Amino acid sequence: MNKTQNQRAWLFVAPVLALVAFNALIPLMTVVNYSVQETFGNNIFFWQGVGWFEDLLRSDRFQAALARQLVFTAIILTIEIPLGVAIALTMPRKGPWVSVCLVLMALPLLIPWNVVGAMWNIFALPEVGLLGKAINSLGIDYNMTRQPMAAWFTVILMDVWHWTSLVVLLAYAGLIAIPDAYYQAAKIDGAKPWAVFRHIQLPKMKQVLTIAILLRFIDSFMIYTEVFVLTGGGPGNSTTFLSIDLVKVALGQFDLGPAAAMSLIYFIMTLLASWVFYTVMTRNDAR
Amino acid sequence: MAKITLEKLRHSYLSNPSEAMDWALKELNIDWSDGGAYALLGPSGCGKTTLLNIISGLLTPSEGRIRFDGRDVTGLAPVERNIAQVFQFPVIYDTMTVYDNLAFPLRNRGVEPARVDQRVREIARLLELDDMLSKRAAGLTADGKQKISMGRGLVRDDVNVIMFDEPLTVIDPHLKWKLRSKIKELHQRVRATMIYVTHDQTEALTFADQVVVMREGEVVQIGTPVELFERPAHTFVGHFIGSPGMNVLPCELRDGATFVGDCHVPLAGPVGNGLAAAKLELGVRPEFVHFAEKGIPAQVVRTVDTGRYRVVETRAGGVRVYVFCTDDDVIPEGSTHLAFDPARTGLYADSWLVAG
Repeated sequence: MNKTQNQRAWLFVAPVLALVAFNALIPLMTVVNYSVQETFGNNIFFWQGVGWFEDLLRSDRFQAALARQLVFTAIILTIEIPLGVAIALTMPRKGPWVSVCLVLMALPLLIPWNVVGAMWNIFALPEVGLLGKAINSLGIDYNMTRQPMAAWFTVILMDVWHWTSLVVLLAYAGLIAIPDAYYQAAKIDGAKPWAVFRHIQLPKMKQVLTIAILLRFIDSFMIYTEVFVLTGGGPGNSTTFLSIDLVKVALGQFDLGPAAAMSLIYFIMTLLASWVFYTVMTRNDAR
Repeated sequence: MAKITLEKLRHSYLSNPSEAMDWALKELNIDWSDGGAYALLGPSGCGKTTLLNIISGLLTPSEGRIRFDGRDVTGLAPVERNIAQVFQFPVIYDTMTVYDNLAFPLRNRGVEPARVDQRVREIARLLELDDMLSKRAAGLTADGKQKISMGRGLVRDDVNVIMFDEPLTVIDPHLKWKLRSKIKELHQRVRATMIYVTHDQTEALTFADQVVVMREGEVVQIGTPVELFERPAHTFVGHFIGSPGMNVLPCELRDGATFVGDCHVPLAGPVGNGLAAAKLELGVRPEFVHFAEKGIPAQVVRTVDTGRYRVVETRAGGVRVYVFCTDDDVIPEGSTHLAFDPARTGLYADSWLVAG
């Protein structure tokens, strides 16, 4: 067989290559460039090698931010995924309420992230906010601007409120795609509701849940705006997650080298974790 | 195993059905005997799946009763009716192995493990699934999956009826025949009452002892494959079964004799009275039409060779009439005459068989 070589095909992919280059590759390379050099301004650079990376990985500040980030991501995943699935299961599959539910679920997703942060900031203020006042009136001392625990509680509540809808919508899409015959067969086989969930609904939702977990993992790992507006990373450093720390280093202190090194580590972690997730979750399908 | 009785069964998907068209199922009275193989045959939308779902209990009929061995089961849920159903698309539990799939209905009913194991292996052998019991069910081909669906019905030995809802839809053509014979073989082995829904006449006629032909929510005829072929009770049955179907020609009654145009067409039986107002037609299958010196004048249009016989398309008085010829028959060209076998020609008044 003779394969025809068509070099013109390159023309068609050229725009995309250019776009990706300017969008991702060139900025990324700039970051790589910064990460191995030291600068004091005036465009003068000194070779630094992997020094920034070594410093960073050893620094307590980075390790603390990373630990906070991992705990935060773990907590919101364990809350949002089961909660989202549970809500999707209770949503109606037919009738006029379907669109009502869908609109209600989509609402939090439509609000700009800084607005979400501002809303929850006011909502949680101990003196005037509805949530803050309500909790305090129950006799619990709650002040998210002063207590790390209260700040964490508020940040997690906000994230759950903001993003569980996404899981709900994805899970719901997976649920309504299940043909009626499966439920009918389960009825005939005498399956109990738990068995229906375990053997029909959950396996059929697997694909969309994989995507939901991936998206929530990546997004929560990159969380910045809402937390920045809500707590600013405080009180102290208690809610300083990776990207907040990164911005502090890069823009607050203008340490471009360490910030670049941190970005790269951050990027590689996200990439690695996503790859591991994806491989583990799709492992069975390949067989 | 059970005898199934449908009494004055009617169903409508609307809350207030008023006219005939509102009923997905018009009044049905059917008796199906224990251990029989039945087929529900009809075009899409004729109500056969509705009827199937009513029998399985997935749907509650608007009116009427269903009895299994005389016991009223109209209000019972599917699991209480103890039935099995094989759906159009294979339904399997993806995460389970073939073994667990087959064991699932028994485990749900709290059957003891030793008995479960015995039944599963027995049925797997019957379905030729025994060498893949430990495989994940999701990895099987469509016909394998459909066998599992079937097996989940068969493992319960007390099942009242096994229903098939167009089970061969997604099966590859060359496997269809195999699986169809398998179902037939299973019926002979386990002697369960089986109801097979299809719109494919070959499937219905090869599987069933009795075929129920349905159209627009009504049962048009119940009969053996031979009866449906030789004496269609309705022109619809004549059309629907056979390829090409029965020829239908408009006719007139003069002094108790049937005429197509000016040509007298004799029938085997006597023609009753009181048919003057009705729309009268003669029905005769292509197998029983032949060319003759005298008879109904016709024009030969074309001939199609199907291999086993030749189908000649003719026109008689503006109506298309098919004639089957063997290789030995001489096919005339241009104008000719057609003669019908009197014993196999029926007279239909308003589409229903009245004489012949």
